[in-house]
Amino acid sequence: MPGKVVTVTSGKGGVGKTTTTANLAVALAAGGEKVVCIDADIGLRNLDVVMGLENRIVYDIVDVVEGRARVRQAMIKDKRMPELYLIPAAQTRDKSAVSPTDMIKLCNDLRGEIDWILVDSPAGIERGFRNAVAPADQVLIVTNPEVSAVRDADRIVGLLEAEEKGPGHLILNRVKPDMVKRGDMLSTDDVLDILAIPLIGVVPEDEGILVSSNRGSPAAMDDKSRAGQAFRDIARRLKGESVPFPSLEDKPGFFQKLAARFSRSA
Amino acid sequence: MSNWFERLLGRSPTTSAQSAKERLQLVLIHDRTDLSPAVLETLKDEIIAVISKHVDIDAGGVEINLSQGQRENRLVANIPLLSAPTGRRRAR
Repeated sequence: MPGKVVTVTSGKGGVGKTTTTANLAVALAAGGEKVVCIDADIGLRNLDVVMGLENRIVYDIVDVVEGRARVRQAMIKDKRMPELYLIPAAQTRDKSAVSPTDMIKLCNDLRGEIDWILVDSPAGIERGFRNAVAPADQVLIVTNPEVSAVRDADRIVGLLEAEEKGPGHLILNRVKPDMVKRGDMLSTDDVLDILAIPLIGVVPEDEGILVSSNRGSPAAMDDKSRAGQAFRDIARRLKGESVPFPSLEDKPGFFQKLAARFSRSA
Repeated sequence: MSNWFERLLGRSPTTSAQSAKERLQLVLIHDRTDLSPAVLETLKDEIIAVISKHVDIDAGGVEINLSQGQRENRLVANIPLLSAPTGRRRAR
């Protein structure tokens, strides 16, 4: 079966595209899949540091597109995983160095031997976005439960419809269950009502995400991470498994509440 | 708990999440159709002009709104007619 190209995009910046890409890549690779991540954010390279591969870059995507390196040479192997690779963005060029046709060609070259090609899109709706979406078989739209991010996600949904890339699948990132519960954060259902696209994942806010990018080891590598678990669930859904959406509001029991109260007053 | 209690008393203060949702739904209707409130106002005036040529309408009561379904939008016009006192009249 030829590899599948999945593009992670959002419109708004800072909602967690790069974190999502890195974690899905790790989760898929941990399950034995062959995975290549492509950082399509040319000029603002970031996926390398989030994955902890920044010290091993020799060639980048622009080197491949302009013929200075073969695809294989630009693929940095993540040694912690059986088959996980990164093609980094160029840092000293801009988005016009690559065209949508280049991206389609690059991904087609990889499809034969790779199971999953994950493309990390830059923020915005201009050239970089179009580059990232051009080769996609499936698009994941990352958003946060806040008005600006949801509005931008809606723009992306509209643009994907216009490009006939399907509706896209929604990842709602950085959800704080207690804020949702007291009515101070849009719930998953609210966001789904507004965007009207299929849901593929809900990721809780988790301080561990910052710790994991500090260290350059994505949270999906950590069995105990809550956000990491949510990303592993998304990876399984990508593979076509039906994974239930766990309620984020796993209510603490009576004794836990009591203990929390005592520890707070102590 | 307090939400539940307030609902029981028939009070439901708007939460910030509710107002976020309502504000988003409104702004997205305009984003999706590229119809600004100003354009809607012009549309309304022109519709009133066209329809008044044929029937008497209550121009002050005309409402033109965008409504949305899942991902489709429609323009909904509510045009109150003035009842003609002497049976059917022919508009010129």
